Amino acid sequence: MKTIKKNLLATALLSATMATAASAETITVATVNNGDMIRMQGLMADFNAKHPGIDVEWVTLEESVLREKVTTDIATKGGQYDVMTIGTYEVPIWGNNGWLVPLEFDVSYDVDDLLPAIRGGLTVNDNLYAAPFYGESSMVMFREDLMAKAGLEMPKAPSWNFIMKAAKEMTDKDEGIYGACIRGKAHWGENLAFITATANSFGARWFDENWNPQFDSAEWSDTLNFYLNLLNRYGPPGASSNGFNENLALFQQGKCGMWIDATVAASFVTNPKDSTVADKVGFALAPDNGLGKRGNWLWAWSLAIPAGTEKADAAKSFVQWATSKEYLELVASKEGWANVPPGTRTSLYANPEYQKVPFAQMTLDSINAADPQNPTVDPVPYVGVQFVAIPEFQAIGTAVAQEFSAALAGDKTAEEALAAAQALTERAMDKAGY
Amino acid sequence: MARQQTISNKLVWTVLAWILGATIFFPILWTVLTSFKTEAQAISIPPVMFDFDWTFENYETVQERSNYSRHFWNSVVISVGSTLLGLLIAVPAAWAMAFVPGKRTKDVLMWMLSTKMMPAVGVMIPIYLMVQSAGLLDSKTALVIIMMLVNLPIIIWMLYTYFKEIPGDILEAARMDGASLKNEIIYVLTPMAVPGIASTMLLNVILAWNEAFWTLNLTAAKAAPLTAFIASYSSPEGLFYAKLSAASTMAIAPILIMGWFSQKQLVRGLTFGAVK
Repeated sequence: MKTIKKNLLATALLSATMATAASAETITVATVNNGDMIRMQGLMADFNAKHPGIDVEWVTLEESVLREKVTTDIATKGGQYDVMTIGTYEVPIWGNNGWLVPLEFDVSYDVDDLLPAIRGGLTVNDNLYAAPFYGESSMVMFREDLMAKAGLEMPKAPSWNFIMKAAKEMTDKDEGIYGACIRGKAHWGENLAFITATANSFGARWFDENWNPQFDSAEWSDTLNFYLNLLNRYGPPGASSNGFNENLALFQQGKCGMWIDATVAASFVTNPKDSTVADKVGFALAPDNGLGKRGNWLWAWSLAIPAGTEKADAAKSFVQWATSKEYLELVASKEGWANVPPGTRTSLYANPEYQKVPFAQMTLDSINAADPQNPTVDPVPYVGVQFVAIPEFQAIGTAVAQEFSAALAGDKTAEEALAAAQALTERAMDKAGY
Repeated sequence: MARQQTISNKLVWTVLAWILGATIFFPILWTVLTSFKTEAQAISIPPVMFDFDWTFENYETVQERSNYSRHFWNSVVISVGSTLLGLLIAVPAAWAMAFVPGKRTKDVLMWMLSTKMMPAVGVMIPIYLMVQSAGLLDSKTALVIIMMLVNLPIIIWMLYTYFKEIPGDILEAARMDGASLKNEIIYVLTPMAVPGIASTMLLNVILAWNEAFWTLNLTAAKAAPLTAFIASYSSPEGLFYAKLSAASTMAIAPILIMGWFSQKQLVRGLTFGAVK
């Protein structure tokens, strides 16, 4: 009897030991609900096969909720997440604060293959603090049929004057077609992203080299008046409520002549499953005013490891897998080249298969046309094309965005909106000690 | 003549009530309808009401992508747990305020209610830090306690209103018959206040089920309830309305069905003492 008991005990102990040895380390990944991210969740079998000791739990959230949650978590060292999806706005600030683990990958990762503009935006003091999962700029998406009907030809690199003229010619309000669909929704990541990038091409800037707000400059007045004229004359009704998704819906239903927005939208508007104009879409670089800067932004959704995590090694394995060349090939093999996360690696754009994707080259050219280190015509003390990479920017940016959106809604004039933006930015910057 | 007027009055009120009901219910109906559309149909202009190709595709996608049962179970534990814990504290508190009021009872009641006037985000960081230092981030325990605290003023206020309707003489009679305080509350007061307690429970389960500030901010993967499940279907870049609607329908269905079956109890409890 005793022997049986001993054997049973030994078996139980052995089983427990084996179970412990086999139990995987679980990492929690916080991410936004974007198509590329969701696709990755469906391809986890590949990661699990390569890293059987690591389980991945996903926390998928709406962008602003995610931003709020990960910021609270990282600032308080909450340790709820082992990998965070963050953008080019957060990386310089969080990297400087020592909140992120510097990323060092082995040779097979080929860090030099990352697109220089994207890599530059994720590097602080020569350390890479986040690995780009997908990168984007902005460009002009237009209806080739409507452009031809208007008797115009879209240049590869149009000017703002051409955009105004084309918008006028393409607008047919009786048919419900509007020449220009552009973001008007009040948020620093919505209308202000577009307006700030546009302002760069008009020679405007947020701050001079001594951090003095510049909304009282003639360049800002030109920018905002141009934006308001373009949308008031040739934009859809209720444009002040339209963000990315609303304009996407309008464009896909054939209501827009041109849509100037994120390059990532190209795969949506050319997808015949959802878009009624999939075979009629052309692409061009974001417009300029001949001052040497185009009105396109730069953004990369990237994977970073918070300094508070106790599972940094497992987290790094995951980040390396998700942002590797092999992952791009995996997506291509399962879902086709058009669905590969764009805008991160030079080798992707050298791939003859990927070059067949209609928007591939224009995406690359747009990304290369943006320079987050020198975003404006005149010098500035900040990094960032469509944002200013300082912690105060989210609050200031959204307040300024509300002023501009109010001007678009007709509640105030461009001059009133700019005066209010100047006053509130001065106040906030004084308070912040700049 | 008078009879005719009464009938036409009734008719007008009935029609108005139906219009009001339909207006309130319309967003829910629209959400349910959208959940059966494709993403393209969900955003089509002009919108389509019923004339579309009905599809279960969104429900399939949501089922594939999310662990619904885990979110559902977390919602049940948090809403029911916080309500029961709240009742344990609120019943004695409301008894004391209703039957043995002190000089400052009214002030205490008002003070409790005033805690609801502060925006939750105002205490976000201190509470987050407390939960973090207690090692309770992403745990149902923390949310049960916090949801209980958030809704406690409402529970006490509702119970206080119901208890005030119960004649004090009955409790006194019980006391004279030798009932202890515990027995008085359990065997005399509670059975008489069952409709009130039941409607308080139901309302608080609904409030805790729908709460989306603390449940989003204090959870990650393990304790996230259905509010987080819904939030995961909103996208900044890409159409998501149909899938979001499917997720929303799945999240509200249990509480809607519960409300449907218990509506008599709810209405009775909510109007208890309204007409004197």
